[in-house]
Amino acid sequence: MSLKSAPKKKRWSWRSQAFRGLIYQIVAIGVIVLGVWFLASNTLTNMRVRGIQSGFDFLNQPAGFSIGESLFPFDSAESYWRAFWVGLANTLRVAVVGIILATLLGTVIGIGRFSRNALVRGLCSTYVECFRNIPVLLQLLMWYLLLTEMLPSIQNAWQAGPFFLSKGGFNYPIPIWQAGHAWALAGLVIGIALAWLYHGWARRQFEATGIIKSMFWVPLGVVLASALLAWLLGGAPSALDSPVKGEFSVENGGALTPEFLAMLLGLTIYTASFISEVVRSGIASVSRGQTEAAAALGLDPGLEIRLIVLPQALRVIIPPLTNQYLNLTKNSSLAVAIGYPDLISIANTAMNQTGRAVECIAIVMAVYLTISLLTSLLMNSYNKRVAIQER
Amino acid sequence: MSALSYQPILPRPAPRHASGALAWLRSNLFSDVKTGLSTIILGGLLLWFIPPFLNWSLFNAVWTPDVQACRAVQESAACWGVIAEKYRLIIFGRYPFDQQWRPLIATVLMMLMLVASCIRVFWKPWLAGSWIAVLTVFFILMYGNSLGLAKVPTDSWGGLPLTILLATLSIVMAFPIALLVALGRRADLPAIRVFCSLYVELIRGVPLISVLFMASFMFPLFMPPGLTIDVLIRVLVGITLFNAAYLAEVVRGGLQAVPKGQIEAAATLGLSYWQIQRKIVLPQALAMVVPSIVNSIIATFKDTSLVSIVSLYELTGALDMAINADANWKPFKLQGYMFIAIIYFIFCFSMSRYSQWVERQVNKSKLR
Repeated sequence: MSLKSAPKKKRWSWRSQAFRGLIYQIVAIGVIVLGVWFLASNTLTNMRVRGIQSGFDFLNQPAGFSIGESLFPFDSAESYWRAFWVGLANTLRVAVVGIILATLLGTVIGIGRFSRNALVRGLCSTYVECFRNIPVLLQLLMWYLLLTEMLPSIQNAWQAGPFFLSKGGFNYPIPIWQAGHAWALAGLVIGIALAWLYHGWARRQFEATGIIKSMFWVPLGVVLASALLAWLLGGAPSALDSPVKGEFSVENGGALTPEFLAMLLGLTIYTASFISEVVRSGIASVSRGQTEAAAALGLDPGLEIRLIVLPQALRVIIPPLTNQYLNLTKNSSLAVAIGYPDLISIANTAMNQTGRAVECIAIVMAVYLTISLLTSLLMNSYNKRVAIQER
Repeated sequence: MSALSYQPILPRPAPRHASGALAWLRSNLFSDVKTGLSTIILGGLLLWFIPPFLNWSLFNAVWTPDVQACRAVQESAACWGVIAEKYRLIIFGRYPFDQQWRPLIATVLMMLMLVASCIRVFWKPWLAGSWIAVLTVFFILMYGNSLGLAKVPTDSWGGLPLTILLATLSIVMAFPIALLVALGRRADLPAIRVFCSLYVELIRGVPLISVLFMASFMFPLFMPPGLTIDVLIRVLVGITLFNAAYLAEVVRGGLQAVPKGQIEAAATLGLSYWQIQRKIVLPQALAMVVPSIVNSIIATFKDTSLVSIVSLYELTGALDMAINADANWKPFKLQGYMFIAIIYFIFCFSMSRYSQWVERQVNKSKLR
């Protein structure tokens, strides 16, 4: 019996895993580089053949189209660059408001599915099944149709006090800016600072003595009271810019267009059905023993939810919730189908006018990627705070 | 004195009889004052809403394709006549009217295949083979130009067959890409890992509509001059690449859940990388993520409605086309939307029920 000596390790052999890995990677990189080069060279040739101009210089040219609604004033003589900003602002506006409303509605419905009332349970699950299984585009189109066809005309607008609802959208009064409002704002800031100080003090008290101070009503009261006080000190300005029904349109005041309302309704209702499932699974993931133990320790139901259920459920909820927020933001791109001037609609118009498809699509993708990455970063940092602190 | 005397605690009353409809009502709707009140309020609201809705949608509705009758009740009742009049345009789009038996057979075949794929007994290698066969038959039936069938170019395809084709084909094609990308993201090779992660994160960061815009506006620029590719194929490629990124994340979730010991044990037995993946890792990983895969399929099915924005007339686009063209029926578009919403709902709801069933099966196997 002779012992064979182990074969000498050859570095540059096909049998070495590391070597093979290196070859695979070089081949992969080569294929990718070749592919990108192939596409890029084709694109350049095609652009030359078709006489398509390229470059981002068009951004400084006047846009030449007006935008139905924008957060800041825009007219058609301004540049494409600014038009894209208007589009981005519109996207963010509908996304942020939608996220807030969808979170509220989704949480309510998610909790509703644990109700002791069978009627509430049934309604909540019907809601989820109905809205989750119909494409969001179809829902947006339906809301838009409802808002623009089924509502009364502007002349016969529904009126409730200073609020109007008609085919022209929703009109509401806004306060006229006066010096007193600056006072109120300052009061609000001071109130928040005071509430923050109180929060710290209450926390130290709790750690020292174990007595739980009110962590919600007192700070809220402080904030509201200080804002109210400052508003009174500032002379209590209460002038409102109320909408008035004119000949052809409802004038003055603030207005939400039917496009914005349709986007908001559609996105909120669709996403809320997913968020409610996220919330439901989060709550279901906290084992029953936890709530029973909390009850045995004598916590009342409110504290039980705040101190025991919520911190554990949030861990499960946050990552999929982030996904839903991102989905909502990405779904807001469907605005192009109903004419809400979001980023994609603006890019679409710009693309048709200038023919610079590559640049416009690149801008859109870059913006959405940035939004997605920023949201993920934000939510990940929050997730780290609620994650289990392990040693 | 009395403190020391023996005083038995009175026996508690027997629990209330807890079965039957009345007991269910009591425990689920009127268990305490708060529940009872909310039941009454909600029930009242429902009673207030449901009868008028039923009147609008069923009892007073017009079911015949009669414009005058629909106009007469427009304010107070639904007009399903619009569906009776337009259903072939909505379901089959612009496909030549006398040839519509072809998409009908093709769609039924495809749906049978989908149903068969949901049944575990059929999860055999030959399923892939029969998928290829069915897809070939689907294309021959739809496109024609052979076997004595007239040619129908792809831009005449539309409606439900197109929706089902886009959803099915993009998932079937995305699946192998997703497997490779998911494996690539967990590979030991940094270049491949980085590339796969980049691909997944890039695609997941942008909305589908921008990918579709890219497919319809930029794709022609990517191709060598002189080569034009059908818009259906371009869109299909776009949706496939989009789905592959999402499916890859689903599969990666499954791969991560396979214990490392499994891979090490397989390596100890002398299996190669691909043998390990094929025989040990993937069967376990995929079984775990079947529900998530079904959810991706549902999402894809709903997402196909977006191709109407780049002018392919699938179900949503076909409805717009069918109703916008006819001023008589245009006021009744809402009923059209409701009709296709019901079609989408039936498909998605049955798939989600299936995914829940699979989830229960998977969990059952874990209980020992």
